[in-house]
Amino acid sequence: MEENSKNAPMFMQGNEALAEAALRAGMQAYFGYPITPQSEVMEYLSAQAKKHNAVVLQAESELAAINMVYGAAGAGARVMTSSSSPGISLMQEGISYMASAEIPCLIVNVQRGGPGLGTIQPSQADYFQATKGGGHGDYRLLVLAPSSVQEMADLVFDGFKLADKYRNPVMILADGALGQMMEKVTMPPAGSLPYTEKPWATVGKPTTRERNILTSLHIVPEKMEEINLRLQDKYRRMRQEVRSEQIGVDEAEILLVAFGLSARICQKAIELAKEKGINVGLLRPITLFPFPTEAIAKIVPNVEAVLTVEMNAGQMVEDVRLAVNGKKPVYFKGRMGGMIPTPDDIVLEIETIAEKNRITQV
Amino acid sequence: MGQVLTMEGMEIVYEKPGTLTQTPFHFCPGCGHGVVHRLLMEVVEEMGIIDQTVGVAPVGCSVFAYNYMDIDMQEAAHGRASAVATGIKRVLPDKYVFSYQGDGDLAAIGTGETIHTVNRGENILMVFINNAIYGMTGGQMAPTTLLGQVTSTTPFGRESSHVGFPLKITDLVAQLPGAYYVTRQTVHTAAAVRRTKKAIEASFKYQMLKKGTCFIEVVSNCPSGWKMTPVEANVWMEKNMLPIYPVGDLKVPKQ
Ligand SMILES: Cc1ncc(C[n+]2csc(CCOP(=O)(O)OP(=O)(O)O)c2C)c(N)n1
Repeated sequence: MEENSKNAPMFMQGNEALAEAALRAGMQAYFGYPITPQSEVMEYLSAQAKKHNAVVLQAESELAAINMVYGAAGAGARVMTSSSSPGISLMQEGISYMASAEIPCLIVNVQRGGPGLGTIQPSQADYFQATKGGGHGDYRLLVLAPSSVQEMADLVFDGFKLADKYRNPVMILADGALGQMMEKVTMPPAGSLPYTEKPWATVGKPTTRERNILTSLHIVPEKMEEINLRLQDKYRRMRQEVRSEQIGVDEAEILLVAFGLSARICQKAIELAKEKGINVGLLRPITLFPFPTEAIAKIVPNVEAVLTVEMNAGQMVEDVRLAVNGKKPVYFKGRMGGMIPTPDDIVLEIETIAEKNRITQV
Repeated sequence: MGQVLTMEGMEIVYEKPGTLTQTPFHFCPGCGHGVVHRLLMEVVEEMGIIDQTVGVAPVGCSVFAYNYMDIDMQEAAHGRASAVATGIKRVLPDKYVFSYQGDGDLAAIGTGETIHTVNRGENILMVFINNAIYGMTGGQMAPTTLLGQVTSTTPFGRESSHVGFPLKITDLVAQLPGAYYVTRQTVHTAAAVRRTKKAIEASFKYQMLKKGTCFIEVVSNCPSGWKMTPVEANVWMEKNMLPIYPVGDLKVPKQ
């Protein structure tokens, strides 16, 4: 993609927009392994790597890839990897090590339906894995959920920035549809994300400092607990990064909560419901961890019911229930295994909920 | 009798390299790990490349290598040291990078990474300590365990019909075009220590030529895991391991 100085909108595929954004965000190294529906990321980067002086290496597995990320990011570089659900599962050990050793990086999961080898169709079934830890031990990733090709690009910048700010891996949780679809996107300008000092990086020990060690091993339990307490404190501080988008919540009688592609579909459902005389609003979490608990809690008194829509068996709905805290009924509509709920599916659900809760149709 | 020794009139001919920390080695008496740690750090000090060297420690008895080596280091997941080293080297191509791994780490759980790191010809040094056993986890069978060798998971001796054969990973690695220098050494005699140091020295120098991977296997011992005294262990190693893992260069750079 030619440098777009005028920042005119371009028509791009989600995966390619993400890759282009990574280069513009100053990504210095990428390690990955092909898997549908995100292989275009590495293909795009491979073609552009030389021009941007970036390392792009196809590893022998996701296991190797994530550990290359560990090494390169530990040496101070701005590093990204991307994969889809089965590959992300394979990376979990390495992600846990990076969370513990506090090595910042950006991990992109363009989700597909599972479990197992599953399907190559879009899914949101890795919500638990992304937001609750994923690998072993008590750790969290900052998780960002794009819902447009524009956000596939924008959130890359946010992702790298947050990773460096918290010295923590950040995950972009997209899905196969967002990765594959083409939309208009305005690319953030190249060079707009400055590099941060990384005095902890292993680059060779000068005489002016002690040696730098990146490790996740703390054999003395008192020390390991101390590290855990520090990490938990960091995860609490991350709460200030919470972000969500709200659409039409002020007049809403029913609140929809949905992220990513599901949120896009909900927007259409909201229009259709309005035609039927039901006022529905949408809260779309942009950060899945930290989760917009307070934002949801604030809206709850003004609505009669909450409906969570996801492309899974009901994962984020658990966090929604915690936010609603029993104050209003919480419903769930989902499709699984690569199936996408249609706006009509959602409207039908909305109508049922309206009836159950005796919401007067205007 | 009762003579007081002073340093007067004496010359220091051997001392601890400044690249080793003051932390005493935790290794069992007679173990080869400490010797190889020291040799690596001697070479780094003598070459004056402390500020240009990054090491990668494995999971295994040498997991704490960074407690002793006074250089920048990363601790990798079990088996992934050469992938981590790849990541470091790719973004710091002009620095010296080495990985340090045991046989379980390099030749069992990390076999894929080992083969592909060398196949890409990563310009790093891979140090491989072959003690034919899992030291850290208490003496289980390693991929390099000899046929008939008793370990805690081969209590009646390793049987090839059940768990296969001793894996000569170094021989495999030497076949790969990405390998630049491949050698097998030991550290159980003074002369052997000197030869191993030479191999390490050469490997660090070769790194800057950017012609491929340097791979040094050190056939070593595990007195605790083998349930032998240090002297018995070295005798056993010479008698039983060296016929299977003979000392010598497997691949030398073309002149
Ligand atoms: C994923 C994973 N599996 C298993 C272990 C347990 N483990 C730690 S060290 C080790 C074997 C080490 O043996 P080797 O690599 O030969 O090194 P040595 O201790 O003999 O020096 C194992 C199995 C681990 N830490 N991580």
